Amino acid sequence: MNSERDKRSPERDIAFDMARRSLWVFPAWVVLSGFIWGMGGALSSALGYVLVIGNLAAAAALMAWGVRTSPVALMGATLGGFIVRLAVLAGIVLGASQLSFFEPVPIAITIIASHLGLLVWEIRYVSLRLAAPGLDLQRPGKEQK
Amino acid sequence: MIELLAQADNAVDGLKAVGAGLGYGLAAIGPGVGIGLVVGNAITAMARQPESAGMVRTTMFLGIAFTEALALIGFVVFILLNFA
Repeated sequence: MNSERDKRSPERDIAFDMARRSLWVFPAWVVLSGFIWGMGGALSSALGYVLVIGNLAAAAALMAWGVRTSPVALMGATLGGFIVRLAVLAGIVLGASQLSFFEPVPIAITIIASHLGLLVWEIRYVSLRLAAPGLDLQRPGKEQK
Repeated sequence: MIELLAQADNAVDGLKAVGAGLGYGLAAIGPGVGIGLVVGNAITAMARQPESAGMVRTTMFLGIAFTEALALIGFVVFILLNFA
């Protein structure tokens, strides 16, 4: 698992693509949350978005490290990372709940909707790329997966 | 009587917090098993067919992210029970 091929990181590409796509939707959702729940709602939505993107980025980085290292490290990084990330998410939300702007409903909606929405959005592209790799348009300077 | 009602109110709050914590923990068990299965099978696939590692890793990451959504649903229930 330590070949030249493993230096590429599909996990990071996917996490980056999801973060890039979310920039289309996220500002509109923050503004909408601001209209519905006020400034606290907008800030809570922003926090939920940061949690989701940070969670995906951390998962991608841990998995990329695990693949580069060994299968045992991959298993450990994935399962250990899962527990640690859940604990960190809970810690951040418990800490943020002490702040005055915290609104539980917008943060809850943002976490579920952005995680699932971004995944479904990404999977459309990934399935097309896996089904018809010849149609994958290579970006300049980016290696073909 | 008022003291009794206040105590009952405190007990309800306490039980709500205990339920939220237990729910979050229990909601993480299923995705933990699922992620273990996904990664285990992905490692087997990469060991059997190293040339398809890129595709396997892509599918593995998406599979893990979808499985993790279940734990996030538990997390959201935890937030709503504790703070809403």
